[in-house]
Amino acid sequence: MQQGRKVSRRMTSSDPVLTANLITGRTIEQGVAIEGWKDKQEYIDAAGFVHIDPSDFKTLNVWPGSSVLVKSEYGEVVVRAIKSPYGPHPGIVFIPMGPWANQVVNPDTTTTGMPSFKGIMVTITPAPGKKVLGAIELIKMTTQGGVEV
Amino acid sequence: MRTATDVVCPFCGTLCDDIEVDVDDAEKICATRNACIIGDNKFMTAQAPDRHLHPRIRRGGELVESTMDEAINKAAEILVNAKHPLLYGWSSTHCEAQEAGMALAEGVGGTMDNTSVCCHGPSVLAIHTVGISSCTLGEIINRADIVLYWGCNPVNAHPRHMSRYSLYKRGFFTERGKSDRTEIVIDVRRTETAQKADIFLQPEQGRDYELMNALRVAFRGGPLPESVAGIPRAEIEKVAQMLKDGRFGILFFGMGLTMTRGKHRNIDIAISLTADLNTYTKFLIMAMRGHYNVAGADQVSLWECGFPYAVDFARGFPRYNPGESSATDILARKEADAALIIAADPGAHFPIDMVRTLASIPMIAIDPHVTPTTEIASVHIPSAIVGIEDAGSAYRMDNVPIRMRKVVEPPEGVLTDQEIIERIHRRVMELQGLEVPEVTAVKEPAEALAPSAFDDILQRAT
Repeated sequence: MQQGRKVSRRMTSSDPVLTANLITGRTIEQGVAIEGWKDKQEYIDAAGFVHIDPSDFKTLNVWPGSSVLVKSEYGEVVVRAIKSPYGPHPGIVFIPMGPWANQVVNPDTTTTGMPSFKGIMVTITPAPGKKVLGAIELIKMTTQGGVEV
Repeated sequence: MRTATDVVCPFCGTLCDDIEVDVDDAEKICATRNACIIGDNKFMTAQAPDRHLHPRIRRGGELVESTMDEAINKAAEILVNAKHPLLYGWSSTHCEAQEAGMALAEGVGGTMDNTSVCCHGPSVLAIHTVGISSCTLGEIINRADIVLYWGCNPVNAHPRHMSRYSLYKRGFFTERGKSDRTEIVIDVRRTETAQKADIFLQPEQGRDYELMNALRVAFRGGPLPESVAGIPRAEIEKVAQMLKDGRFGILFFGMGLTMTRGKHRNIDIAISLTADLNTYTKFLIMAMRGHYNVAGADQVSLWECGFPYAVDFARGFPRYNPGESSATDILARKEADAALIIAADPGAHFPIDMVRTLASIPMIAIDPHVTPTTEIASVHIPSAIVGIEDAGSAYRMDNVPIRMRKVVEPPEGVLTDQEIIERIHRRVMELQGLEVPEVTAVKEPAEALAPSAFDDILQRAT
């Protein structure tokens, strides 16, 4: 692909699909961004992405930094796809803890109180043209947005 | 310009107490020393010009600025009118505010829960089952020659843990620091912590339980299959021998075990593994606590009512049953009809189904910053930042209490967490027709703003 050239494409049934095991967790950038930056672009940059193993990137056939749709049986979210610097870990993808990851994690606590934040089966597909929403926008869009009293 | 020394960083459970903060003549924080990037950011953004300083109440679908009295009154009404309010968070504030919170929870017959529930709650459940052999971080500095990090990534989550306590620090029996220690990392990804480890094992995700049992078999010289959790038998036997051969070992574990399939059973077996190792050497285990005072939240809850988290006061006495009385499960089952969230951000850190429940009930959010939780709240009351604008007690990850210092005064009109909770409680009592006691909140004396807590001691010594 030539740099700067706009490519528009529509999702088709033949689009590549990556099936993977999702884990979530802390990163140092996410730690910085949660102190006073949650309503800003810095938080999106720090936690609105998915780390994918370089070998799995080939399956997905997208450029690093592109938007992808992560889907599980619990929900879906658009994030940026990034080549994982912590590979090789084929079949495992990572989203930093935060509102983006929590759209797709398994809420089942198996009566321990602890939701299943790691080990969620997800599918990832390219989402060209889709924007990664800000944390507040995302939460307002996917909930009732608050109650007046 | 003045410099506050021996300041305690209010971010992670490492509670670094050697931070220096420069404050200029206009009482603006202008620099920090010794802090990690997260700690530095916390101090430097505390006085950001766009910080919300006024309470807000939801009106016409929007959060509209209000007076403090109005917000306190509205918060009290929400709690009094609720049948089963949830009071959740409490981990990024001091023990004094947590203590006030326990009294409020009892007063309104609510459920009191802290962020242990989605952090080391499973570890607490395992400790109930098999106990724990742990120690203070000072012991690690001076003695540990085998340091095993399992399912945790301190380089990212506790950035100064390795340099202050566990790996690089030189101690009495570990004079050469890192050279006197062996670092073993077990993680499903080759994280920064793993990249510089002496030994790195990368098990299949969700199979830590099997790997720990395999190590326990290897300690006894029992038969093992060709590989367990994707780790070859030879590697398992090699690591088992290294763990046995150490003089003093420590297993640090994190969310890689508590959030993974098995949850509390993973911790149960990790503690049992360390117990086994004590047949051959000295070996201990410690949870890598996340929020700087989540350990304190457990402690306060324990000494106030006998249970560490997920305490339900609905029947007029404390009941503890994680899985039923935990904030996550209450929200998943849509059982709470109001919520007070303080010093945590479940809007960002709970699964979206639970956040949907929070957004559909009257909710009070007490937080210095704008967060996903505050933006779906019915009432948002901004508070002073503990450790920067308010002093108090906090418990480090090894359950050592440390006094948090106050570096600057909070912005005018902004109350501390403790003051807000106590004012809400007093208003609740008025609405309930109870006699309201005299004000008990004690303002931190001006001495707390002095440059160093040790100045007095030093002067006397010299």
